[in-house]
Amino acid sequence: MSVMDDAREKWTGTINELTIGATKADGGTRTSVITIGGAAALPFMNFEGPTPRAPVVAMEIWDREPDDWAQPLVDVFGPVLKSPADWAKKCVEEFGAELLCLRLAGTHPDFGDASPAQAAEVVKSVLKAVGVPLIIWGSDHDEKDNEVLPRCSQAAAGERCLIGAVKEDNYKTLVASCLADGHTIIGLSPIDINIAKQINILVSEMGLPLNRIVMYPTTGALGYGLEYSQSIQERGRLAALGGDKIMSLPIICMVGQEAWRTKEARASLQEAPAWGDEATRGIYWEVATASSLLQAGSDILVMRHPAAVAAVKKTINELMVK
Amino acid sequence: MFVIGERINGMFTSIGDAILAKDPQPVRAMAEQQIVCGANALDVNVGTRVPKAERPAVMKWLVETTREVTDMCLAIDTPSLDIMRVGLDAACRKGTGMINSTTGHAEKLVAFMNLAKEFNASIIGLAIDENGVASTADAKVEIGMRVLAAAMEVGIATDRVYLDPITLPLNCAQDAPGIMLESIRQFKLLSDPAPHVVIGLSNLSQGATERGLINRAFLVMAVQAGLDASIHDPLDEELMNAMITAEVVLNKMIYSDSYLKAYRQR
Repeated sequence: MSVMDDAREKWTGTINELTIGATKADGGTRTSVITIGGAAALPFMNFEGPTPRAPVVAMEIWDREPDDWAQPLVDVFGPVLKSPADWAKKCVEEFGAELLCLRLAGTHPDFGDASPAQAAEVVKSVLKAVGVPLIIWGSDHDEKDNEVLPRCSQAAAGERCLIGAVKEDNYKTLVASCLADGHTIIGLSPIDINIAKQINILVSEMGLPLNRIVMYPTTGALGYGLEYSQSIQERGRLAALGGDKIMSLPIICMVGQEAWRTKEARASLQEAPAWGDEATRGIYWEVATASSLLQAGSDILVMRHPAAVAAVKKTINELMVK
Repeated sequence: MFVIGERINGMFTSIGDAILAKDPQPVRAMAEQQIVCGANALDVNVGTRVPKAERPAVMKWLVETTREVTDMCLAIDTPSLDIMRVGLDAACRKGTGMINSTTGHAEKLVAFMNLAKEFNASIIGLAIDENGVASTADAKVEIGMRVLAAAMEVGIATDRVYLDPITLPLNCAQDAPGIMLESIRQFKLLSDPAPHVVIGLSNLSQGATERGLINRAFLVMAVQAGLDASIHDPLDEELMNAMITAEVVLNKMIYSDSYLKAYRQR
């Protein structure tokens, strides 16, 4: 009788492990921390190698009340949208968030132009309100971010936050801050694997080691470039598992932002009667986007709607069963 | 590419002198330099300046001295079974070893394969047998097949076997490089997973002018043909840059603007 060949892949690389948050013992004030990475095989392929750490969901909160969020999001959070600290509390206490992503959208010169000092106060208020670890994200305005994020980094010194995002042509200021204040960093590349690798090299050359960097290869929602996101992530992960240490970094995806930007998630029942109930449509869009990206090896999914968060966490738990 | 640094060799003046003076410093320094420049393994060869009777002891000293600075794979470079054992014994106490090399001579093959098994070492098999250096691709591949069969016989996995088609100097056999490229392609088809293919690159340009250029041009072609290991001088920056670029051009590595630096950061 012939024996079938073992078709399992053998991988030589492992994704770096990275911890967000520092407890009192490590010089911070967090009551819990999150560790990601460690995968030594494609996601959930336990027969080929371990995925020791489950992907995590971070709930997105803002420093100002969003004025263009879809109604289901406004309805589910209610008045706390006006207070970042209360919003953070609600995410943790009511929706079980283990990680938060604070977007400093209100610091953008065109959308509030909050000062660096004001932004730092918001960071402090959120850190005080909850014990979970924090991702701090700027306003995607390079010059303003270079003023705001160093102040926020300082305000959160020792808390081992994940701060972003740096780009190929704008990284030195924030890398220096993260080095000084003990944080980890997000490197943004516009769906371009070559630039993703380049940023990792540039940041690590400044002295922030590769195991303190998370890659953000930018995210496309279902119907809006999801396939590109997925294939870029997969290619990077295959290179990493094949031994490319510069690519062996965890990946963060901005799922909520992208899913809730689509017309399918936002259109009212009146505008699109054939698309079904608008209260659930956006949630499904967010879940579908997140679930697909999990398969490409995403390590952090930043999401918005609590029902979508719960559904994706359930999926992760089911996928992690060995 | 798996680069086996060739510089810890008694044939080079600095190492030859260090061996005679029992001075560990130049050996350690050469090991460290090669690693910084991108070597994945280090070849260790006692050379010919010490009398034969002393070579086992010199191999032991040379390996142990190298081991003081790295636990990287060490390729013990000798045709002698006795010296090979001494070298592997010293190398495998901390880290892994590689046999450089066995020929396809039936008796030699069995003895060296057993040694590889004993020390859990990788092994290089040269395309040489009772009839001398195989001169055609067919003859090289036939010996390659025998090397693989001998490895399987004692239970050595194919991915620990490195087939070497044997490099002849360009200035005395100008058709040899073409035959080597064809052999590399065919070696890769011998099994699944494929065996590794290695060459001793510097032999190619032995005695020629433009040595560096000849080495660079051929290495790039050989990488395209499927070569995945090479014994050469990692301190030759232009050679290393050409090799890394060949791998990037062939999409074996993800490009980035700093890809040369990225390779060396590994």
